[in-house]
Amino acid sequence: MRARVLIRPKQGILDPQGQAVERALPALGFEGASEVRVGRMVELEVEDASRLDEMCERLLANPLIEDYEVTVE
Amino acid sequence: MRFGVVRFPGSCDETDALLACKRYGDAELLWHGDSDLWGVDAVVVPGGFSYGDYLRVGAIARFSPVMDAVAEHARAGGIVFGICNGFQVLCEAGLLPGALLPNAGLRFVCRQVDVEVVNADTPFTRACEPGDILSIPVKHTTGRYYAPEEDLRDLDAHGQILLRYREGHNPNGSVADIAGVSNRERNVMGLMPHPEHAVDPLTGSADGGRLFESMATALAPA
Repeated sequence: MRARVLIRPKQGILDPQGQAVERALPALGFEGASEVRVGRMVELEVEDASRLDEMCERLLANPLIEDYEVTVE
Repeated sequence: MRFGVVRFPGSCDETDALLACKRYGDAELLWHGDSDLWGVDAVVVPGGFSYGDYLRVGAIARFSPVMDAVAEHARAGGIVFGICNGFQVLCEAGLLPGALLPNAGLRFVCRQVDVEVVNADTPFTRACEPGDILSIPVKHTTGRYYAPEEDLRDLDAHGQILLRYREGHNPNGSVADIAGVSNRERNVMGLMPHPEHAVDPLTGSADGGRLFESMATALAPA
């Protein structure tokens, strides 16, 4: 089955990438965007979805600095 | 005594690290695919871009066969010293507390910085005195040290903050100006600046040599 893992910097952790994007948007005329956070997404085919959390904890995310959300289709 | 310097695919500072080690002891390269440390006394995990830094810096390297041996060496009390990418790898491996995040300024920084010795009672800093200032270069994009507040209090209380950037020299936004930390037992250290690039006055400073000297004297037969 198809799984998607969305990984984001934890709340409270400075995300300079998000800040840079936030500053770039008004320069292009896109006003009113704030709280921009940049993360990444991992898509994968898995046989056993019950192991996804463990995959996230051990490799896909670093739980000290990142939150993750798993979606299975 | 004998140093072993790990070489991962994507390492780029292992040769300088090897040369720095050879000034103070014997040294050889260790291959990432070997699960044997060949009897070395101290392990240096060097800078670079191990496994392309894919996913997260240090995230893949920690699963290489040599890292099992390095973790075992550390558990047995052996000296392990991670520099830059090596620091990132040791954090990912859980051998050091905290994590390294992208620089606050988002830029690659490459310059000489001053770091202050906070704790000289370790195998990495014993050739220094507390308060000594070392001039050592940094060169990284992902060097902002982070640890949660309660962990920072713990690090401080147990003398695990070994080196701090001098006021005005923090190049990356590291919390509490932390440049280098150790584990609780003080036999594993990680450091963002590159002491292996500062072992000869020809390149502007030989201060980095004192960290290699410290390890060599810590392991010298009494």
